[in-house]
Amino acid sequence: MASSRLEILNDGGLRHDARRPYELRSLSLELSTHPNADGSSTVSQGLTTVSASVFGPREPKQRAGSVHDKASVVVEVGVAPWAGAREVRRTRGDKRLLEIAAAIRQTFEPVIMTHLYPRSEIAVHIQVISADGGILPTAINATTLALVDAGISLIDYVTSLSLGLHLTQPLLDLSAPEEADLPTLVVAALPSGKVTLAQMETRLHVDRFEEMLTLGVEGCGVLKTEMDRVVKDRTTRVVERMDKVIQGRITGD
Amino acid sequence: MMTTAGPSHPPITILKRTRADLGLAQNKFLKKTAKGKVLSFLRERYVRDDIPCGFEGCDQCRDLPGYKPVLQKGYRHTKIDPHYLVIDTNIVLHQMDLLEAFPPDLALIIPSTTIRETRHRSLPLYNRLQQLVQDDERKVWIWWNEERRETATHAEENEGPNDRNDRAIRLTCHFYNQHLPIGHPLIVLLTDDRRNRELAEAEGLVCCNTKTYVDGLVPEVRQDLVDLVVGGVDAEVVTRGRRVYEEYLSQDVLNAGIKTGRFVQGYFNASQYNYLEGTVSGILLAGRQAMNRSVQGDLVVVELLPKAEWRAPGQDVVDADVDQRNDDVENEVEAKEKIQENVGRPVPTGKVVGVVKRNWRAYVCHLDRSSLLPEAQLASLSQQTVFATPLSVTLPRIRLRTRQAPTLVDQKILVTIDSWSPFSRYPDGHFVRALGKVESKEAEQESLLLEYEVPYRPFGKAILNCLPVEGDSWKVPPKGDLVWRDREDLRDLIVCSIDPPGCQDIDDALHARELPNGNIEAGVHIADVSHFVLPNNPMDSEAASRGTTVYLVDKRIDMLPALLGTNLCSLRPFVERLAFSVIWEMNDDAEIVNVRFVKSVIASKEAFTYEAAQNRKDGPLKDPLTQSIRLLNTLAIKLKAARMRAGALSLSSPELKIHLASSESAEPIDVEQKQLRETNSLVEEFMLLANISVAAKIQETFPATAVLRRHGEPPKTNFEALQDILHKRRGMTLDVSSSKALAESLDACVDPQRPEFNTLVRIMATRCMLAAEYFGSGSVSKEAYRHYGLATPIYTHFTSPIRRYADVLVHRQLAAAINYTPLHPSLQSKSHIEKTLNVVNKRHRLAQMAGRASVEFYVGLALKGAARREDAFVIRTFRNGLAVFVSALGLEGLIMFKDIEYDAENYIITVGGVTIGVFDRVRVEVGVEKDKNTQRGKVKMVMIEPVNQTL
Ligand SMILES: [Zn+2]
Repeated sequence: MASSRLEILNDGGLRHDARRPYELRSLSLELSTHPNADGSSTVSQGLTTVSASVFGPREPKQRAGSVHDKASVVVEVGVAPWAGAREVRRTRGDKRLLEIAAAIRQTFEPVIMTHLYPRSEIAVHIQVISADGGILPTAINATTLALVDAGISLIDYVTSLSLGLHLTQPLLDLSAPEEADLPTLVVAALPSGKVTLAQMETRLHVDRFEEMLTLGVEGCGVLKTEMDRVVKDRTTRVVERMDKVIQGRITGD
Repeated sequence: MMTTAGPSHPPITILKRTRADLGLAQNKFLKKTAKGKVLSFLRERYVRDDIPCGFEGCDQCRDLPGYKPVLQKGYRHTKIDPHYLVIDTNIVLHQMDLLEAFPPDLALIIPSTTIRETRHRSLPLYNRLQQLVQDDERKVWIWWNEERRETATHAEENEGPNDRNDRAIRLTCHFYNQHLPIGHPLIVLLTDDRRNRELAEAEGLVCCNTKTYVDGLVPEVRQDLVDLVVGGVDAEVVTRGRRVYEEYLSQDVLNAGIKTGRFVQGYFNASQYNYLEGTVSGILLAGRQAMNRSVQGDLVVVELLPKAEWRAPGQDVVDADVDQRNDDVENEVEAKEKIQENVGRPVPTGKVVGVVKRNWRAYVCHLDRSSLLPEAQLASLSQQTVFATPLSVTLPRIRLRTRQAPTLVDQKILVTIDSWSPFSRYPDGHFVRALGKVESKEAEQESLLLEYEVPYRPFGKAILNCLPVEGDSWKVPPKGDLVWRDREDLRDLIVCSIDPPGCQDIDDALHARELPNGNIEAGVHIADVSHFVLPNNPMDSEAASRGTTVYLVDKRIDMLPALLGTNLCSLRPFVERLAFSVIWEMNDDAEIVNVRFVKSVIASKEAFTYEAAQNRKDGPLKDPLTQSIRLLNTLAIKLKAARMRAGALSLSSPELKIHLASSESAEPIDVEQKQLRETNSLVEEFMLLANISVAAKIQETFPATAVLRRHGEPPKTNFEALQDILHKRRGMTLDVSSSKALAESLDACVDPQRPEFNTLVRIMATRCMLAAEYFGSGSVSKEAYRHYGLATPIYTHFTSPIRRYADVLVHRQLAAAINYTPLHPSLQSKSHIEKTLNVVNKRHRLAQMAGRASVEFYVGLALKGAARREDAFVIRTFRNGLAVFVSALGLEGLIMFKDIEYDAENYIITVGGVTIGVFDRVRVEVGVEKDKNTQRGKVKMVMIEPVNQTL
C-alpha cells in the first residue's frame, strides 16, 4: 500500500469525486420538514445533510436574553450520532459546535429584521444529519430556508459556500477529504454581493484571499438562484392549494 | 452602461444527479485508524458524459475538455490486425520495463483504474507510468473509466476488489468497441491474468498475454523486447521440486496479528556480515526460512518465536559468494544450511510471515560465471537460465533467463526481481540493460548512481527554460528596479565566504563588526535561490524530486542547473549577488540581543578556503576583513562552548579526501583524512545559529506547516552492545540518560596512549544513533521537534539552498514570514509538505550512501595499484574472525582466521596463542581481490601484527 491518500486533482482535471473545480455538489432543498417548528428545512449538499428548525419569534426562555428594542437570536447545533462527522466530534469536541453556532448567529443577526420583533427570541436549532464536508455553509443555507419558512422578515437570502485552494487552483464546495487537505474559506453572502461571513481555516495571502472571496460570492449567487426557484415553487404550490380550498368552499365540496 | 469582462474561469454549476446514477453515487471505503480500528465511511462520486475518448477525429468527443487526437493508426503485428492495446494493473506492476521499451507508435489505452491501482501499490512504478503517459512521442491515452457514465462500476456482491478492477477494464474495452466508428482499429486487452482473459473471451473481447503478444511482434521489434518479458505471472506455477519457504499468511490474519501485538511490522534489514541473517525492528531472523523471501527494504510482518527458541546473533562471517558457489540454477538442490548454535545472549528472534510492501527495484549486478553453460555452448544464443549477483551484499542472487549471456559476462548489468515463489530458493527476475564493462569508469559511475537511485539525467528543455533569459550575463539590476523592492543594500558590508578548496557553489557568506553601543553585529548571508526558483515550475519540481546535490569523488550531480548553482546564486567574490540575510546583534558573551531576517544585495570581498582564512586570522594583518574573521571566530568559540554546555554531541564519522591525479584519469594518487581547522568550526557555528533562528521564526509564523529538521533521541537499547563492550574491555561506562550525559561520558572515554581511541568510540556511538530527518511542524508534537545531537529544541536547514531542497522551502517560508512575498499555497498544505519532505529525506539518505560508495570505489582503485599496510582497530569479534576499522582509509574490513578460540562474552579471540579483542590496535595489509565468479572487486585485509597471516 504505497499511497492510499487520494488525489485532490488528477491529470484529467477531475476531483476525487469526478467533479471539475467549479462544480458544486448536487443540491437538495426541502422546506417545512419539521411540522413542530415554526419554520424548518433540510438541505443536502452532496453527502452533507443538515436540518434547521426555527422557533419564534417567541417569548425568550430566559428573561436575561431579552432585548427591549429587537429580537435576540439563539442558535444551537447538534450532531446526529450516526452523522459520521468525525472531524467535529472526535478532534474538537463541543468547541467546534459552539464555533459553528456562533458563526451562524453572527451571520444572521444583521440579516434578520430583528427590530420588528422587540423583546422576543428567535431560536434556530441545527441538526447535522450526515457530514461530508461543509457543515457550516450547509447549515447557513438551511437556516435561511427555515427562517423563510417561518415567515420571519429578512433583508435578503443568505447563501453560503466553502472553497479551497489546491496549489493555485481554487476548488468549490469541498468534500470532507478535500477540506482536510486544503486551506479552506467559508463565504456567506447576500445577493447584493455583501459578504456576511468569511471564515478561514489556514492563513491565505491577501491576493489569494480577494480572488477566493470574489469566487465564493459568485458561487453564493448560483446557490441563491436555486433557492429562489425552490421557494417560488413552494409558494406556487401553496397558492394553488389555497385556491383549491377556497374553490372547494365555494362549490360546497 | 458599463460592461465588465466575464469571469476568467469556467461557469459555476451545480451538478445534478439522475435517478439512474444513484447506484454509482457512493463509494464505500474502509480505513484503518492509527489505533488499528477499522472504520467504514462513504465518499460521494459523480459520473460524467464529458470524458473524451482520444480517438483522432471523433465526432462525439472533439469538443470535450481535455480532448487530444492521440489514438491514430492501429499498430501492426504478425498475428493480430492493426490495434490499440488496453493494459491492466498487473501489466504495469510486472512489465514496466517492457512498456517502456515498446515502440512509441504502439497506441496504449490506460484505464484510470489501472493508474489508481498502481499508485496504491507502488509509488516508483506510478512515477514511471506517469513519465510514460507524459511522453509526447508516445501514443498513450488515459481513459477515466470510473468517471465516465458508461464505464463506471460499483462493487457487486461477493466481488473482490481485483475482480471489480478486472471488470472495469473489460468494460473499457467494450466502451471503445461501441464508441469508435465502424472500421476502427481492434481493441486488444493485454493481460497476464488467465481468468480475466477467459472472462474477456467469453464476452467477445480480443485479448492476449504478454509473452504471446511479444512473440508475435515483427522480428526487428521482437528481438529487442523478448528478454524484457517477465515470464509466468499467470503462467504455470513452477513447482521446482520441494517447497523451500512457508506461504505468507493472508492479509486479514496479518492485520489481526499486528493489532493484537502477536506480529510486528517493520522493514527488513539484511545483515552485512551474514547473508543468512537479517533483522526487523530489532528482531533477529536467523536463516533462510526465517527471512522467508524478504529482500532488503521490504516492509514485512514478523512473528516472534517463543523465548525458548530465541538465539544469539551470528558470530561467524558467512560469505554468500563462497557459500553458494555450487548452487545449481536449474535445480533446487537441498542445501544444508549451517545455522550454528551461537553462544552469547539470546535476543528476540522471529520469522517472517507476510509481506506488506516490496521494495524491489532494478539492481546493478554481475552475471555469475559459474552459473553459465560451458564455453562451447556459450557461443549459441539460446536462452539460458543464469544467476545474477547484485553489487550489494545485502541482496540475494537473482535467477533470470536471457539469450545474451555470452555478451554479458564481463558487463555490469541492470536486473529487476519479478517474483519469488515459495518453491524457489532464489527470486526470479529479468535483464533490463547492460551498463558497460566492469571497472570502466562509465559503468562504475552509472551503476553507482543507479544503485543509489540518484536521478542523473541532464536537465530537460522545460527546466532550462525557467532560467533567466540573460543567461550568464545576468546582473543585479540597478537600484530602483523591482528586484530591489524590500531589499536591503548591504553591498558595503565587509562580507566574505569560507569554503573547502575549489568550491564553486558558494551558499553562504559572513560578516561581523562592532556596533557603537558596544555590542557586535554578526550576519550570515545565504544565496537567494528562491528568487530564481519559483514554486511549482518545472525547475522547482525537478529540484524537489532530486532533493539534494550529490557529491561523488569525481562528479557532482546538481540539484539545480549549473547556471544558478555555480554562477548566479553562488556568492562569488567581487560581484553583486542577491542574498537572504540573518543579522544578529550580540553581546560580548555571544548571546543574541536581537535578530532580523532580510532580503539583501551583497558584494563579497573575498572567497577564502578554510586554510586561507585560518592563516589570515592568525597572521599580522589588521584590516577590516581580517578583524571581521577574528571577531567571528571569537563569537564562534563562545557559541560552541554554550552548545556543548547544553549537551550537544560531538560525533564522528570518518571523512576522507581523495586526490585525483587529473580530472581525466580515474586513478587516485592519494587518500587522506580531512583536516579540521578553527575556521571550519567558525562557519559551522554560524550556520547552526542561522538555522536555529530561522527555525524558530517560521515555526512561530506557520505552526502547522513549517519545514523543520529533527533528530530523535535514540532508544537506550541501541547503546547496550557498545556499553557492554566498553565496560568489559575497558572498564568504562557510557551514560546514555541524556545527550548531555552521553556527551560527557564520551569525553571521558580516552586512552592517554592512544588519542584515536576516543574517535573510534565516537564513530561507534554515532552508529547507535537515529538518522536526522526533515518534517512538517504540524505532523508531530512540539516535544518531538528536538534535535538530539545538536541539543536544540528546534532546528531546520536554511543555509544551503543551492544544494538542498529543504532549504529552498525554508527560504520561501521565511520570505512569507517577513511579509516579503505571499506564501505559495503548496507550502500551506500539510500533506504536500509531508509528501515533499519524504522524498527529500530519502534522497538525502541515498546521496550520503552514494558519496560513501564513491569514496570506497576510489579507495579500492588506489589499493589495486599497491596493497598498503595500515594501523587498524578491532571493532567486532566473530567466531571465525574480526571486523576492523582502518581510520587512515575510512575503511572497514574483515579478517578471517582458520583456527581460533572465541570468547563471545568478553569480545576476544585467541589465535596462535595471541589474544586480540575489541579496541585493540592491529596492523593490517589492505589490498583488493577480485572474485572470479562475480567479478566483484573486494577489499581484502590480512593481519600483519600481532599475528602475521602472510607468512
Ligand atoms: Zn469519442
